[in-house]
Amino acid sequence: MSNNSDTMDVFGFWIYILSDCVLFATIFAVYAALNANMYGGVGLKGLFDLSYVLTETSALLISSFTCGLAIMAMYKNNLKQVMLWLMATFLLGFAFIGMEINEFINLTAEGHSWQTNASLSSFFTLVGTHGLHVLIGLLWMAVIILQLLIFELTPVLRRRLTYFALFWAFLDIIWIFVYIIVYLMGAI
Amino acid sequence: MLTLLDPKGMIAADETHIFIVSAVLMLLVVIPVVMMTLAFAWRYREGNIKADYAPEWSHSTILEVIWWSIPCVIVVILGVMTWTSSHRLDPYKPLAISGQKTITIQAIALQWKWLFIYPEQHIATVNYIEIPTGAPVQFLITSEGPMNSFQIQQLAGQIYAMAGMQTKLHLIANEPGTYKGISANFSGEGFSDMTFQVRATSQEQFNQWVKTVKQSPNKLTTESYDKLSQRSIKDPVRYYSSTTNDVFVAVMMKNMTPGKDLSNLCDRNILKVG
Amino acid sequence: MLQKLLLGNLTLEAIPLHNPIIMGAGLFMGLIMLAVIGSLFYFKKWTWLWRDWLTSVDHKKIGIMYIILALIMLVRGLIDAMMMRLQQALAVGDATGYLPPEHYNQIFTAHGVIMIFFMAMPFMFGLINIVLPLQIGARDVAFPFLNSLSLWLAVVGASLINLSLIVGDFAATGWLAYPPLSELAYSPGVGVDYYIWALQISGVGTLLSGINFVVTIFKMRCPGMTLMKMPIFTWTVLCAMILVVLAFPVLTVTLGMLFLDRYFDMHFFTADLGGNAMVYINMIWIWGHPEVYILILPAFGIYSEVVATFSKKYLFGYATMVWATASITVLSFIVWLHHFFTMGSGPDVNAFFGIATMVIAIPTGVKVFNWLFTMYKGRITFTTPMLWTIGFITTFVFGGMTGVMMAVPAIDFQMHNSLFLIAHFHNAIIGGVVFGYLGGFTYWFPKAFGFKLNETLGKCAFWCWIVGFYTAFLPIYIVGLMGMTRRISHYDAATGWHPYLVVAAIGAGIITCGVIFQILQLVISFKNREKYRDLTGDPWGGRTLEWSIPSPAPLYNFATIPAVDSRDAFWVAKQRGHHDKQTSNQTLEIHMPKNTSAGFIIGMCSAVFGFAFVWHITWLVLAGLVGMIATIIVRSFDMHTDYYLTLENEG
Repeated sequence: MSNNSDTMDVFGFWIYILSDCVLFATIFAVYAALNANMYGGVGLKGLFDLSYVLTETSALLISSFTCGLAIMAMYKNNLKQVMLWLMATFLLGFAFIGMEINEFINLTAEGHSWQTNASLSSFFTLVGTHGLHVLIGLLWMAVIILQLLIFELTPVLRRRLTYFALFWAFLDIIWIFVYIIVYLMGAI
Repeated sequence: MLTLLDPKGMIAADETHIFIVSAVLMLLVVIPVVMMTLAFAWRYREGNIKADYAPEWSHSTILEVIWWSIPCVIVVILGVMTWTSSHRLDPYKPLAISGQKTITIQAIALQWKWLFIYPEQHIATVNYIEIPTGAPVQFLITSEGPMNSFQIQQLAGQIYAMAGMQTKLHLIANEPGTYKGISANFSGEGFSDMTFQVRATSQEQFNQWVKTVKQSPNKLTTESYDKLSQRSIKDPVRYYSSTTNDVFVAVMMKNMTPGKDLSNLCDRNILKVG
Repeated sequence: MLQKLLLGNLTLEAIPLHNPIIMGAGLFMGLIMLAVIGSLFYFKKWTWLWRDWLTSVDHKKIGIMYIILALIMLVRGLIDAMMMRLQQALAVGDATGYLPPEHYNQIFTAHGVIMIFFMAMPFMFGLINIVLPLQIGARDVAFPFLNSLSLWLAVVGASLINLSLIVGDFAATGWLAYPPLSELAYSPGVGVDYYIWALQISGVGTLLSGINFVVTIFKMRCPGMTLMKMPIFTWTVLCAMILVVLAFPVLTVTLGMLFLDRYFDMHFFTADLGGNAMVYINMIWIWGHPEVYILILPAFGIYSEVVATFSKKYLFGYATMVWATASITVLSFIVWLHHFFTMGSGPDVNAFFGIATMVIAIPTGVKVFNWLFTMYKGRITFTTPMLWTIGFITTFVFGGMTGVMMAVPAIDFQMHNSLFLIAHFHNAIIGGVVFGYLGGFTYWFPKAFGFKLNETLGKCAFWCWIVGFYTAFLPIYIVGLMGMTRRISHYDAATGWHPYLVVAAIGAGIITCGVIFQILQLVISFKNREKYRDLTGDPWGGRTLEWSIPSPAPLYNFATIPAVDSRDAFWVAKQRGHHDKQTSNQTLEIHMPKNTSAGFIIGMCSAVFGFAFVWHITWLVLAGLVGMIATIIVRSFDMHTDYYLTLENEG
């Protein structure tokens, strides 16, 4: 333990984010290598409903915005606003995940599951890993909201909110890459 | 005998030569280093008060220049050797000798034996190859399942055999003789016995051998291939007097995309199988 | 039906009762565990174990536990090695040895996995844990709780491998489990699943440690210790940990995709339906090559510390050593393809990676010269750590040489997967990594335990190791040149390999004698610990800060955080006559982290999780997962994870 605990902890969280970047970069690389291997099946191009994906993307992007508003409220020491914007972030994130799960279920029902070929395996894994991170973020958010109710804005919880905001923003950035590389470029 | 240093093929001879040259180059550094280590340890041992003791001396630009440069020089030499030899000894590079026809052999790594198909002669063998001495041989290689590696050590280097892909190896046997072939990549239970015999003979003897194989009662059909591809260990040499040309391609294609997707084809020159 | 739901694929048939070797090993493990548990009951040490060790977040205790794990797994890995050497010495011609191929294949796989993941990595983390905070003048690492968690995840990984011995099988694919062989079609049993979960679970721990140590080094150095005044061991640890942070996520993804292929019928690496095994091989080596540098860099750091201390001289060319280490770190990411030149990437690609590999040999070679010139005009004492160092220099250079040779693709086409390759990497790993960690173990043992190890037995152990190494591996180089390929369990007499393999087996036996000497050394040194007591905290005439505090180090390491203004700060202080360290008349309030059971509990839940996944026991997988998440959440509600220790009038 040392005096510069806050900067140390946030620095540590950045290093974790760096490792998560490498994780996603690796999955993107596999996607790049395998997304054309359809083994005779339908290409990903024909499977996407771009307006649907745009909607869920918007939900996630706006949730990043509301998360930012929560942090600003934290700097203004306004607990009520923090809770409000956090809950908005949660709902939007929840909507994103709900839509994504729905997309996955539909694709599988139509016969395009992750078992069908390498291309779909890599699609589901890339998008699904991001979704898993979002799910963990939602759980994390719920715990923070609960802790804010109990402990209010202590230094520890301020720090954790900072990490969370970093995490949520990071997930947003990864999603932008997914949106462009998988959906937009896939649809060309 | 040191097989890998006793080459009988054109490619292997080249590779062995590079091995020896690089060993000598490296020993030029390694042996003095070992000697210096032992010499310094002995001379500067605590009991030896005659030796100088310079506890604060920890930098010398000139020494740094020397010991950065020497490895750099060696790496430049080895680097040039690497570049040229990688191109010269590329397994995919066809070996053309005027007046000599290239023999093509398709090799399929099965569990746990090798199937060799001679598409031009329409024969096939298990765990046995015969080739004319001095003739360029082109191997087209694939695997039915796990990754293997095709190697006839005294004739050439190796290359992986991979399902759904085709790799290539070219070699020429310089001398007649019997050589050992192996799989050099672990592929499961029967791996230790996945060896095959290679005989380099004269052209007449080779032609005679082809005629002998064509008298074998076995024929390589889809059914007999399916039976062959079942797991087995220590398979004896077997001859097939006829083949359908499709066997090799079919084995590759069933793991690739049916139809037009050739993205898995590990081949830098698109091959037409005749 | 109910049994399937409750127990997944687990049945009593999973225990190989018909296999006397395995049951013997299992019995042996069981007896040892009973002996340990029995002693804990007899000496009434359960509370002590829980309070002082299992729930400890003290880096020194965690380091000791890592090393205990490493030494236990070293014995297991060596037994595997002896079994392999014995099999190959026996199975010539019609003789089939005593191990059928299915068993032999698991043994060589386990040998590799254990030695790299559960011997070398824990040994490294153990030494780093004990030494690093002391070297930089810190009280602990940046994240003590995560440190404890990393340890228990490593223990769980090792336990899963040991459990696979008697409940089910282990992988029989080689230590990197290449597909398609490792896919369900060709490895239908549980072996590869044990492999996946042992590595994934311990891999998370490793990644957390990487983050932990990077932050510790960047943020917790004592005042005045700029980066270029850090001990050289600290530099090598920093570079190795940066490699961990960048490389381990790749391993996680690669094994994760193999898991998805096996459990969810995906097709990343299957032979059919579009999968591509070459993707796995690229990715596993993009992790794998940095991994060997992760292991060797801290060993290089140990050699630097030891050679300077026992030559009574500054490390020669400190700045060069730092730059060499940094360039090795960067270059280690652009050489991975040299592990599969034979996969057919083409001469341009092969040549590029070959040349890059040779370039990496340049800074490595430079380090050797710097060590030599540290010895030059020094005053050398041949303590056990110094013997390990000299043994390293003379041995490792041959490993490096054969590596550079195989970096020429044309040579690799002949040598790939031969015993020449095996000899090369054992040469580099034993001569480089193992000698270094064993030397570091002897060097820092007094700091951790307060007494030195018996020197005579240490030297006997060293000589057994080095003689054993050459006796084992020179014949292995030779049979490699005689055409022997790796991972075969029997061969023809006509090959002529037999006598060499017999000599190699004897060499392995001599190494085993070395280990026996080391065990003896531990027992005898412990019994005579009063005689070997380190009373000053500086038993070797050390140069860096860890030697400025008592041995064993107090809980809080430094009563007052030191301030430094040079390299080898403790040596300089001694020269100036200021080696009177921690005097203070005041009462000090030292900020310390509280012990916690959370790391241990999450570890145990991960064990349940991993085991259940191997046997497809769905409800138990969920239980383990929920347990881990719940423990994390409960801990997050604990707002008082630290306390203040009052230190009165330390003199």
